[in-house]
Amino acid sequence: MSTVGSIFIVARLTLREALRRRLLWALAGLTVLIVVLTWWGFGRVAEASPITGPTETLGISQVTVMLAFMFSFVLAMTAVFAGSPAIGPDIESGLLLAVLARPIRRSDVLLGRWLGLAIVLVAYALAAGYLELAAVVVATGYVPSDPLAAPIYLAGEALILLTLAIVLSTRIASVAGGAVAVVAYGLAWMAGVLGGVGEAFGSDVLRGAGVVARLILPSDVMWRGSAGALSPTDSVLTAGGVNAYLYRFSPFSGAAPSPEWTLWCVVWVVGMLALGILLLRSREL
Amino acid sequence: MTGGAAGGIPGGEPGAAAGATDAAVATAAAGATASAGATASAAIETHELRKEFGRIVALAGLTMRVPRGEVFGFLGPNGAGKTTAVKLLLGLSRPTTGAGSVMGAPLGDVAVRRRIGYLPELFRYQGWMTAREVLALHCELARLPRAEWKPEIAAALELVGLADRADGRTDTYSKGMQQRLGLAVALLGRPELVVLDEPTSALDPVGRQDVRRIIGSLRDRGTTVFLNSHLLTEVERVCDRVAIVDRGRVVAELAMSELTRGHGVSIRVTGLTGAERDLAGRYGPARLDGEWLIVDGITDAAVPDLVAALVAKGVAIHAVVPTRQTLEDRFLALLGADPAEGRGAIDTEGAADSGGPTGSSEAIPVRAPR
Repeated sequence: MSTVGSIFIVARLTLREALRRRLLWALAGLTVLIVVLTWWGFGRVAEASPITGPTETLGISQVTVMLAFMFSFVLAMTAVFAGSPAIGPDIESGLLLAVLARPIRRSDVLLGRWLGLAIVLVAYALAAGYLELAAVVVATGYVPSDPLAAPIYLAGEALILLTLAIVLSTRIASVAGGAVAVVAYGLAWMAGVLGGVGEAFGSDVLRGAGVVARLILPSDVMWRGSAGALSPTDSVLTAGGVNAYLYRFSPFSGAAPSPEWTLWCVVWVVGMLALGILLLRSREL
Repeated sequence: MTGGAAGGIPGGEPGAAAGATDAAVATAAAGATASAGATASAAIETHELRKEFGRIVALAGLTMRVPRGEVFGFLGPNGAGKTTAVKLLLGLSRPTTGAGSVMGAPLGDVAVRRRIGYLPELFRYQGWMTAREVLALHCELARLPRAEWKPEIAAALELVGLADRADGRTDTYSKGMQQRLGLAVALLGRPELVVLDEPTSALDPVGRQDVRRIIGSLRDRGTTVFLNSHLLTEVERVCDRVAIVDRGRVVAELAMSELTRGHGVSIRVTGLTGAERDLAGRYGPARLDGEWLIVDGITDAAVPDLVAALVAKGVAIHAVVPTRQTLEDRFLALLGADPAEGRGAIDTEGAADSGGPTGSSEAIPVRAPR
């Protein structure tokens, strides 16, 4: 069987484990709860301040982006806590010894684990994201500028953090790896905020710091894409008296990533997986 | 595991061991023929295999040859590099220098692992799975045709005595049951080489006996067994040949038949005088230890003559017990260890749980000569 076949064996095993350990059920339950709360909460907001003009639209959009931020945080934590024990504990417990004594490569194990968890995360991000957006639209009537793209960017952010966590898990204990990934995620977000400030106020230093941070960990590229997709259209912003250009640099707004940044995210994930394979190959079992 | 005593090893039909064994041997032979050139090679061959972990030298230069179809014991004190060697052989670790081959393929070859079964010393399986599911996973990993999974799994479970607990989650298993599961995993798919790293460390005496029986079945069908253990009595009972490794090097390699050959006799006597003792001295160095007359170096064939001569001289004979050199004796001698101290590495546990080639010497209050 090919390497691809081996990767799928491990991916299927990972999916079964997620199902058996009730991870999928827990995520599904949380999703239902969050969607119901979103529908109820946004309904109350819409009752108090029904959308009659750009100002209300702007207000609802900000609450929507805040909701997405919280969801992105939950997704990020899910990605980190699912990914950080993906490899290391199996090595430490000896579980991988029996698996790797079969005709399967270490790279197959790492890529299979990544693929299995990626499927879980992407499915969760898309299902929960679209349901929440549907709840917002139904409750308030607010339709973001690019509602279909927003959950996709959130899923991308989760994949980036999952990749980081899995690569760390090849060498660092799961608790430590998880902590490092969470801190890195927070720093990347803050660096994105500073980069936005740099763009808005023309500070090359801050702008450069933001770019460097995105190169190191591009999770904020995806978050900003999601926030931008959930923001109102430029015409609504302008009608509300908001500078649409500067608005894109606020902490809770953004814009769709450029093709170059999107490509970098893909290259980053592939490069990190290659690094993870190298780290795992050179680790003594 | 006793439940599987009558069963064949996986790949054969439980309860019809002989026919199944023939079939398995035929299959193994066909596979061996298919890999041209491999038939002539040893199952395992290493040359100056060295492994360093930073400044620590785990293996200093392992050179050994394991013939196909033998049960090969790999012995050594703690820290001698046994498990490191096993990991190198299975491609789970890379040697710093040196080379080797397993079943005709170079170390680290992925495809050859299809023909190898492995029970790790640190055995652990997916706790959220049942034993049956773990075995199915390994059938898939070993690339067994799906049609063979069910009979393979059923035979393996029966053999290791887990058939009635096959659908229980493995995290509810005792350590001994987990080791039995590990053994079942190692036997799936008719492997040509089975590597067992301390296979009885968590088993009770009954389980150990069953492992010996399973190893015997494997030998009967021509499977090479590489047994890494520091339980000398276990090794002594099942192995055809042993290598003793110390500080990362093989310090001795010997056939068990050579080891268990008679090395003397102990005769419990009364009425012995100096003259009869001198008579015994003609057969070999003789000494008296209490009521026991010990004659070293006498051949098995000469023992009846000696006994007859003593009886003719009026000596009363109460017991005649051949003394043999045990593996432990040889092991300690080779490592230059004081038997009383045992270097903290020798485990003779299980010595009393059954008979065997050395069982008779336990009644003798003397040590065999070295």
